[in-house]
Amino acid sequence: MSNHLLSVVIFLPLLGVLGLVVGGRQITDAGARWITLLVTLVVFAVSLAMLGQFDSADAGYQLVERASWVPSIGLQYLVGVDGISLWLVLLTTFLFPISVLASWSVTTEIRRYMIAMLVLETAVLGSFLALDLILFFVFFEAMLVPMYLLIGGWGGERRVYAALKFFLFTMAGSAFLLVAIIFLYARAGGGSFELTTLAGTAATLPVETARWLFLAFFVAFAVKVPVFPLHTWLPDAHTEAPTAGSVLLAGVLLKVGAYGLIRFNMALFPEASKHFATPIMVLAAIGIIYGAVCAITQRDVKRLVAYSSVSHLGFVVLGLFAFTHQAVSGGVLQMVNHGLATGALFLLVGMVYERTHTRKLDEMGGLASVMPWLLGFFLFAVFASAGLPGLSGFVGEFLVIIGTFAVSHWLGVAASIAVVLGAIYLLWSYQRVAYGAVREEHRGLPDVSAREVAVIVPVLALLLVFGVFPRLLTDSIDPATARVIENVAPDHATTVVTGVTVADPASGG
Amino acid sequence: MIALLQHLAQAAPDAPIPTPVLEFKPIVPELALCAAGILGMLYEAFARRSSRSVHLVIALAGLFAAGVTAGKLLWNWTGAPLVLGDAVAVDRFSVVATIVLVLVAAFGCIYAWHEAGRDGATYRGEFYPLILFATAGMTLIVAANDLIVVFLALEILSLALYVLTGMGGRRSSEAAMKYFLLGAFSSAFFLYGVAMAYGATTSTKITAIVAALAGQTGSHSLALVAMGFLVIGFGFKISAAPFHMWTPDVYQGAPTPVVAFMSAATKVAAFFALMRVFDVALQPLTWDWTPIVYALSVLSVLTGAVLAAAQRDVKRMLAYSAVAHAGFILAGLTSANATGIRAAIFYLIAYAVMTVGAFGVTMLVATKTDEPSSYDSYDGLAARSPGLAAMMTVFLLSLAGIPPTVGFIAKLTVFGSAIAAGNWPLALVCVLASVIAAYAYLRVIVRMYFREPRGEVTDDRSVVPQVAGLVLAVTVVVLGVFPRLLSSIIEQASILRW
Repeated sequence: MSNHLLSVVIFLPLLGVLGLVVGGRQITDAGARWITLLVTLVVFAVSLAMLGQFDSADAGYQLVERASWVPSIGLQYLVGVDGISLWLVLLTTFLFPISVLASWSVTTEIRRYMIAMLVLETAVLGSFLALDLILFFVFFEAMLVPMYLLIGGWGGERRVYAALKFFLFTMAGSAFLLVAIIFLYARAGGGSFELTTLAGTAATLPVETARWLFLAFFVAFAVKVPVFPLHTWLPDAHTEAPTAGSVLLAGVLLKVGAYGLIRFNMALFPEASKHFATPIMVLAAIGIIYGAVCAITQRDVKRLVAYSSVSHLGFVVLGLFAFTHQAVSGGVLQMVNHGLATGALFLLVGMVYERTHTRKLDEMGGLASVMPWLLGFFLFAVFASAGLPGLSGFVGEFLVIIGTFAVSHWLGVAASIAVVLGAIYLLWSYQRVAYGAVREEHRGLPDVSAREVAVIVPVLALLLVFGVFPRLLTDSIDPATARVIENVAPDHATTVVTGVTVADPASGG
Repeated sequence: MIALLQHLAQAAPDAPIPTPVLEFKPIVPELALCAAGILGMLYEAFARRSSRSVHLVIALAGLFAAGVTAGKLLWNWTGAPLVLGDAVAVDRFSVVATIVLVLVAAFGCIYAWHEAGRDGATYRGEFYPLILFATAGMTLIVAANDLIVVFLALEILSLALYVLTGMGGRRSSEAAMKYFLLGAFSSAFFLYGVAMAYGATTSTKITAIVAALAGQTGSHSLALVAMGFLVIGFGFKISAAPFHMWTPDVYQGAPTPVVAFMSAATKVAAFFALMRVFDVALQPLTWDWTPIVYALSVLSVLTGAVLAAAQRDVKRMLAYSAVAHAGFILAGLTSANATGIRAAIFYLIAYAVMTVGAFGVTMLVATKTDEPSSYDSYDGLAARSPGLAAMMTVFLLSLAGIPPTVGFIAKLTVFGSAIAAGNWPLALVCVLASVIAAYAYLRVIVRMYFREPRGEVTDDRSVVPQVAGLVLAVTVVVLGVFPRLLSSIIEQASILRW
């Protein structure tokens, strides 16, 4: 209890904001960049300390901090970490310095940009660690503003439209969430918004009521994930956002939605989760195929990656709602992998765009001969995203698919098809970017700079490490997911876990 | 009616009229305000060339005296709960309102002092006494325990506000005329409601009305009619739909310092009076008035939010947002209990802070243009005056209810109260309306941050109003992060004495 590590992780970025605000215009552009990079690196270091103190064998919440916030309505400041949020927090703290470094090319209003980044980091970390529903909601909503400013202020041509669409979609979804939270709180007698307390209350609710509440929570998170057909904001937001915005949106913000499903929907409404599992899995499967098909038809490479996110996040949701041990663990794993792989893709697309000033696939070609290193990294990221065995994308997808087959053959087949579609659009787009005739204006473009190597290599290295040693992740994820499954579908938890242990793809691939 | 006449006939015989004990301490704040107002008028009349700074000092001294006496003298009041012939109640409920009103008035005076100092501005000394008299009316209405006193206070504050509204240019006179005509209408409705209440219960005292209604000694049907008229009268003052028609024109036309003052203060005063009348006097009719409040709330949030989203002028947009916010507060009051009152008080204070701040910024933006409050004037404000843009963003986000601002906590408590009373569909409508309203606020933020400035537009970047705005913006965030600073006070103030 005396350990305030989590609070330090959450609020340290705000200290950087304070510095940037107080410093005012005396801070040079370079100063703002370095301060922000330093702060995000320190946050990453502190989160590694958190990893050091984390006990993988413990399935419960660890490093819990509790303080009264608004006693009159029982609001608490309650944070804690478990095997599910642990890796999402680390993914966040890892991707932020990368994104800051990738934002070196931002030249306008740098101080304001960096302030938005740091506020965003606090909001995201707070969402992953909050165990009080209103505290979670506060961070969840607070995330909107900096992201809105990042897209609208430093985005592409249709940035204002995309930013507004992003904001309103998410806010409309969370409207239902807020009402459902307060409803649950009122039913509990108004004492507390704590997750475990409300879970106890939810268990006593009539089945019908619990199902409605489940849907209210689900809408909020489904918009964020996004689950088909609530995904329409995503291609616009991803495409128009600046590179770092896309990386964080895909890598981190979407995960908050999936995390919300597993943390809140499943913990609070196990019966309803089971009840709605089939329709949700069908929606997820539609999203997987639909996202992949849309990605194949895109001519804008950034939009293509955006649609691939719809497809990959479909895997996550499919895995989570299959409620078999492999599928749920695979889903969580896929969240981390997708964050890294898609993050890498957006970073590389951004680097290509900075050189060619086009995102159109037709207007590229032959770049591999011009920028061999950059396109080499690109190929690596493409393989990771397509789920090549030995890279981490494979492990998550594989686990989700075998976990899903245990529940439904049809959905398993659908998911498998999408893997093939994924290989098609990723490799085809790579082919159009890298090979063929070089356009005249692209000759002599510079290859990667040292800064860009520092941006991309850590991400690619992690993709490889997690691909070869997925146990690094699964050892701490498994106990937490086992607890979730036990809560929702006790029969699955006992039979399947002992049957198949987590596959080791290194030997299989 | 016959029963009423009989009753009057019985009451008439020559029983000695009891002389009320005159305890003046509880109205010292009002006396201080009026004294300062009269002093200001005398100064204006006799000074050869009156100075706005002297006026400001007199006004602030009066407001300060009123606030301090309310806080020191009345917060821990141990005397009779009802004084001056039961016309005025002394409770923490009214003390909280008084202090809020005094602070809002102080900001209004400071804004006005600043605006009058600009080149070519019309300066009028009467402004400050009028603000003080309006404030006196407002502090009286929140403590009034007699419907006649409520009406009296309502007229005191309204008359002062009609004049204040007309203190600008031509458009301002038009706004004042509209405000006056519609206000007179609503006053008539209110007065008729008071008459009906007397007819129903043979008293205009709030404590007597509740006793009569609870004991079922009065006429139920007349009481319902009275309730209907009172709803109309209050609905006008709080600008709840469908009684909101005057709001956009008045907010757009009146001088900005006046709007900053009246938008916050009138709402606070009228809502506090409404709570005392409905939650105390008409408490036995709770089952009858909650559906009405429910309906008004739905209408207000939807009308306000949708129309706010369609505006192209910041002051008009804020006017429609004022309608929506009236609806949010009404939603909290549907629970008709202490939780609802607490929620409403919190919301009112939060609303006062953010709306005074927002209007304060509109006073400073693009001062030299013809249409300073049109959205076009906000294009590129962040590039022109980053400080003003940042403050405006804080206020707008708070109005939209985005954490970690006080507006979020306010919405949370209000919706919590509505849902606890079983009105979750109302809460859902309100939350969805707040998404629509968020769009309205975001449109302004888009202009400020994502557009290029148009031509040669200059903002007023004087120190005094910017510091005032900064204080309010910091308050918005601090109360959003530490709401217990406020809620711990409100908890002691929500219980009405009767």
